[in-house]
Amino acid sequence: MTYLEFEKPVAELQEQLDKLRLIGEQGKVDVTASVAEMEEKIGELRKNIYENLNAWQRVQLSRHPDRPYTLYYIENLCENFVELHGDRAVGDDKAIVGGFGLMDGQTYLFLGQQKGVNTKMRQYRRFGMANPEGYRKALRLMKLAEKFNKPIVTFIDTPGAFPGIEAEERGQAEAIARNLFEMTLLKVPVICIVLGEGASGGAIGIGLGDRIFMLENTWYSVISPEGCASILWRSADFKEQAAEALQLTAKNNFELGIIDGIIKEPLGGAHVNPKSMVTNLKRAIKKNIKELSAMDPEERIQARIDKYSAMGRFTEVSK
Amino acid sequence: MERVSWFKRLKEGITTSTREKKEAPDGVWVKCPSCKKAYRNKEFLENLKICPYCDHHSRLNSEEYFDIIYDESEYKILFADLRSIDFLGFTDSKSYQVRLDEAYEKTGLSDAMAVAEGTVDGHPLVVACMDFEFIGGSMGSVVGEKIARAVDRALEQRSALLIISKSGGARMMESSISLMQLAKTSAKLTQLAREGVPYFSLMTDPTTGGVTASYAMLGDINMAEPGALIGFAGPRVIKETIKKDLPKGFQRSEFLLESGFLDFIVDRRLLRQRLMELLVLFKS
Repeated sequence: MTYLEFEKPVAELQEQLDKLRLIGEQGKVDVTASVAEMEEKIGELRKNIYENLNAWQRVQLSRHPDRPYTLYYIENLCENFVELHGDRAVGDDKAIVGGFGLMDGQTYLFLGQQKGVNTKMRQYRRFGMANPEGYRKALRLMKLAEKFNKPIVTFIDTPGAFPGIEAEERGQAEAIARNLFEMTLLKVPVICIVLGEGASGGAIGIGLGDRIFMLENTWYSVISPEGCASILWRSADFKEQAAEALQLTAKNNFELGIIDGIIKEPLGGAHVNPKSMVTNLKRAIKKNIKELSAMDPEERIQARIDKYSAMGRFTEVSK
Repeated sequence: MERVSWFKRLKEGITTSTREKKEAPDGVWVKCPSCKKAYRNKEFLENLKICPYCDHHSRLNSEEYFDIIYDESEYKILFADLRSIDFLGFTDSKSYQVRLDEAYEKTGLSDAMAVAEGTVDGHPLVVACMDFEFIGGSMGSVVGEKIARAVDRALEQRSALLIISKSGGARMMESSISLMQLAKTSAKLTQLAREGVPYFSLMTDPTTGGVTASYAMLGDINMAEPGALIGFAGPRVIKETIKKDLPKGFQRSEFLLESGFLDFIVDRRLLRQRLMELLVLFKS
């Protein structure tokens, strides 16, 4: 288990507990009472820490090296999953994965950004930063889902769309814009879930849908805290202030009306108990797809347009 | 001569009489930022702020575009009452509200976008035009709402829509709400598409970030002024990421035309003419 800076007190107690247990196992002293006491103490401490995380700490949890990524969830949600590749024009982007999966007997299209699980894979997945062909692969698969009347679930976990020469040459902006336009008009239900990082255009490029959710320890905003700090504070060192100012947590986004709900994570984060995270996720997906499937496709499209048309905070001055 | 006399003023005052000096008051001469040649401001303005030597297009504001585009420079400004609000209480070196107040003061504009309606050679046209001077032409709630209302207006009037983009991207001080303007504007444009109302997008220098990744790239016709910077990521960010120098002309209009993302490049002096042609061609 990797511990983050603010988790150090837990790590220390955990270490003491492990030592205590070792003494107990050696059988010379009865440590049952002390172990129980220590466990309770750790439980309280954890509860206290994780229920009072600030914005920057949540950002750190969203990037935790042990955090499960898109493919882990898809593979554990589905009895069977067939990954599909390529945009049929340029290539197969490794930062966005997608395919059809059977979950409790129903077919869904699952797609999302995929980060790498080790150094080599992180390079291979381009750190979850997609090129235009990734967004175009996503659109191709969504059109396929629409054709066969299958609901769509997208998973968002990206530090942004890739800023590269080829990405610009092949129209990064156009690819994202096209997805926003086409996703508005999809005839099937679409739900989008932020699993980790939801950074800017790269995130919303697969993030327009009927209902949007965030896992509890994730962030979603127009720019990363580091990016915002380096522009407005002129140094990335001010990332913690930027994270607060941007109001980027799940709770913030729920209060701003950007998302429709928060999916609870196990105490300490999704990585602490990935199986229970899968259960929570599955429950949320099934419930929402069921509700959305009851609507007429045209009614759903209109509701989608109305939902986004209502987003914005402004005032009108009278002359 | 003693050495101290070197520092002694022998003649009093400056000898050139004021009458003999060449006058160069501000605003008479302009130096082209591209070819560095100087020319008279009057000539520059008559040439729609285009350099007479190298055709470099300097930035125009929304009012100047409306004057160029509409018949007899007559038009009606719409939705001018919309104002941004600092709903997050966003503060970096200064608060968003202070930034807004300074921008109102400095530019005399109400936000980074103005919408107008009028006719072009008798054909109705709604134009939504961005102003770069207002917080870097950033897109926040007001920009998004003005586009949404411009779409509604174009639908009501069955008139074509032109959006002139000029923006550094989404407005950070409105955080995820400004990100949602990408979705909002794109979703609204589907309504025009479904009703068969033409939407023309004109990209001018610079068009980057969230604006490019939403309405700017979604035109039935995508056009750009010559030499405009157009892209998703800014050149500096790309350079830092790939740690290489960028090719010459990268992310300029001509590069986008070659890459297949523009229908054509239009010289500002021919913009009105081009719009007239398009409005006839797309007339229902």
